[in-house]
Amino acid sequence: MGNFFTDNDDLVFLFDFLDLAEVATAQEDNFKQQDGSGDGYAPIDAADAIDNYRRILTIVGDVAANRIAPRAEKVDHEGNTLNDDGTVTLGEGVRENINSLAQADLMGFTLPREYGGLNCPNLIYTMAVEMVSRADASLMNIFGLQGIAETINAFADDGIKGEYLPRFSRGEVTGAMVLTEPDAGSDLQAVSLRAWQDDDGQWRLNGVKRFITNGCGEVLLTLARSEPDIRDGRGLSLFLVDRGPRIKVRHLEEKLGIHGSPTCELVYDDAPAKLIGERQLGLIRYVMSLMNGARVGIAGQSLGIAEAAYRVARNYAAKRKQFGVAIEQLPAVAEMVVDMKVAIEAGRALTYETCRICDLENNNLRVLETAPPTDKDEAKERKQLARSLKRLNGMLTPMSKYYCSEMCVRVANDAVQVLGGSGYMSDYPVERYLRDARITTIYEGTSQLQVVAAVRGVCSDAFTKYVEAFEADQYTDDALAKLHTQLVECKQQLAEAVDAVRAEGGNYMDLSGRRLVDAAAVVIIGHLLLRQAKVNERKRAVAERFITTGALAVQRDVARVKSGDKSVMTNYALLAGPVCAGA
Amino acid sequence: MGYHSVVCVKQVPDTSNISGEAMKPDGTVNRAALAAIFNPEDLHALEAALDIRDAYGGTVTVLSMGPLGAAEVLRECLYRGADRAVLVTDRRAAASDTLATSYILAQAVRKLKDYDFVFCGRQAIDGDTAQVGPQMAEKLGIAQVTYFEKLVELDGRTVRVRRNVGNGWEILEGRLPLLLTVLDTANEPRPASARRVMQRKRSRAVDELRKEIAAAMPGASEDERENAFADGVEKLKMAGQLIEQWNLDDIAADLQWCGLAGSPTKVHRVQSIVLTKEGFTEVPPTEDAIRTMIHELIVDHTLG
Repeated sequence: MGNFFTDNDDLVFLFDFLDLAEVATAQEDNFKQQDGSGDGYAPIDAADAIDNYRRILTIVGDVAANRIAPRAEKVDHEGNTLNDDGTVTLGEGVRENINSLAQADLMGFTLPREYGGLNCPNLIYTMAVEMVSRADASLMNIFGLQGIAETINAFADDGIKGEYLPRFSRGEVTGAMVLTEPDAGSDLQAVSLRAWQDDDGQWRLNGVKRFITNGCGEVLLTLARSEPDIRDGRGLSLFLVDRGPRIKVRHLEEKLGIHGSPTCELVYDDAPAKLIGERQLGLIRYVMSLMNGARVGIAGQSLGIAEAAYRVARNYAAKRKQFGVAIEQLPAVAEMVVDMKVAIEAGRALTYETCRICDLENNNLRVLETAPPTDKDEAKERKQLARSLKRLNGMLTPMSKYYCSEMCVRVANDAVQVLGGSGYMSDYPVERYLRDARITTIYEGTSQLQVVAAVRGVCSDAFTKYVEAFEADQYTDDALAKLHTQLVECKQQLAEAVDAVRAEGGNYMDLSGRRLVDAAAVVIIGHLLLRQAKVNERKRAVAERFITTGALAVQRDVARVKSGDKSVMTNYALLAGPVCAGA
Repeated sequence: MGYHSVVCVKQVPDTSNISGEAMKPDGTVNRAALAAIFNPEDLHALEAALDIRDAYGGTVTVLSMGPLGAAEVLRECLYRGADRAVLVTDRRAAASDTLATSYILAQAVRKLKDYDFVFCGRQAIDGDTAQVGPQMAEKLGIAQVTYFEKLVELDGRTVRVRRNVGNGWEILEGRLPLLLTVLDTANEPRPASARRVMQRKRSRAVDELRKEIAAAMPGASEDERENAFADGVEKLKMAGQLIEQWNLDDIAADLQWCGLAGSPTKVHRVQSIVLTKEGFTEVPPTEDAIRTMIHELIVDHTLG
């Protein structure tokens, strides 16, 4: 009996290393439900909550390793089926997977106990997402859609919450976030699906949505234009739509990977809908919040795929003999394997730190909204905290999504490379991992969009203030102190690059964004790994490898930014060549 | 209405992960060297019982005989949805063979009174005898079906089940109460439920509580510990978290049928058998050669 939690030393290390007591205390409102209002499973203190988290993750690890992973190949082959009546039949393996997750009570992971949920913080949920994705990346697109229920919990009225959330918790329904349209992809402000009210005041939706993950789910959170006269994002509202005869799946996409996840084109034929929260806040408030959570989820999914790919490559490199030795003894292969492992641990450090801060932010906001402090100073303090955490997360969330998704494509690609010809064949799962990995840099906002979002923070004091706290860390150990100094220098170099970008003005920021965010990620992750190295011998080597190679990358990125080269913009037509006929 | 099921479960050493110290020099299992796990086929027995309860209503009571540590597998059952858990533990039951064990378990089932089904795993991975279930049925005087794989029909007091006899199936009809021994092909056991784990992780048998109090209050007097114990039992009861604990007297067991006295089985000799590979035969990829190979495999019963 394998277990994807207990067999993963790094995940277990982080579980012990991160300050879960702080997260749990915020999540549980200082354990106010221990009086019994928590249906017999509210934790009594931080230690109890952490014990619960460990047990829950062990169950996820069991389900992932022993039920989901063995079905992954079948799910990949089978896919799902579109029926003539516009409904979708999920593949047998997908249905079995959802059933296993529901049996284990894992489908209301973050929902409050009053709705049958586990009330877990996002940090623990993301660890679960990672494990599920390691078993089957495509299942994450159903398991990982719990943000939909969370959005309902955060913004819908009590009636809707009471009606829908317990069904999510029991695993009776799954949801979809229905945003994209043929002409509104990255640019959601252009959404045109029409929302109108009939004579009885009933909202109805009419139009087409495309590329909808799990669009055949029962509960569709749909972004629609309720204000026809307002053309931008402020004209959009969020609606809850039950799957019914007035919604049809017109097309099921054929995809490169994640075959278990149904990607649907939906047609709304005046489908009845319920308004979530207030009109006009659909995109600017609710969807933004939903997307931020979903982005962290993709970071978790990316970590899971990368972990799965790395494990196959690691073992293959140890067993496969060529030229009379195991291929891991060949430097070029050894470097690939090491780079994979270090990159995964780097991504994990960043992602779970991001989750920790997201949890602090979400819980602080919840207190401000549901039980605002009466004490003036405390209220002021909390409001300030809310502002600074929001800015910090505005940088860390897209950075995590960007870093981990790009990392996972690289790792899956290298895994195929380590296995050579065998990796290209479907005898090994690495080709599937590569196909599955490829979507992660695209959906929930492309890497390019994540960079645009993250670079704002990198160029502001959100980054500098956050890093200053790390720079105050004291390392008595010489080797670690030296690495620490290197990171301080990296940040100085980055600051020069930011100045250079500002001086150039225009769209040079957009052109340099990727390099600035890459450099900032090295600085932040480097500090996180150094802190880990303080308490763990092996992590010293990881931190050293990461910072030494990372510092060189920062130098190169900074030099390129400072070069001021804008040729791709100024000389685009010449360099890109003419638009290709016959493509 | 609904059906009341009793499921017998056993904590066993994990024989699928054998290390060098698995056996003691005297030929008995070195339990300290092996992790204690839930006997795998008993999980399928539990699942079969839970399935019936989920479909028809009723209750599932889990029963284990063993040392105090066996309370852990009972908790595992509670995490999966069992309603009630009973641990039969008594030093005088030590060294029981299958005959004594089936007697003790049958006595415990009798004490539970109203039951429609008794489920056992086909066999435990430590002894691999597959005897306890059938012997219990004999002692309880009820019908039994071994190698249960599927419930075909359940109507009132009549039940039809499918058993796997190795090279085919039999469908048998019987009257309740009935004892079934369950194969691992019968179902996929459900995972532990996260919510139930949090609800039931504090469930304890009384002797477990006694041990925990002793460990937590090393300097305390006998009286103080007794008070803490009485207090703790009360709390467990109030919270519905008490795993019932019975000894041989509680189940009115005749001691001459229990433990060493009640166990006619004697281990004559233990042999350590190491399977080794002996050479190989090369089969050319021709129709004839493959046909010959398949024929040989059928003759030596590797196939078919």
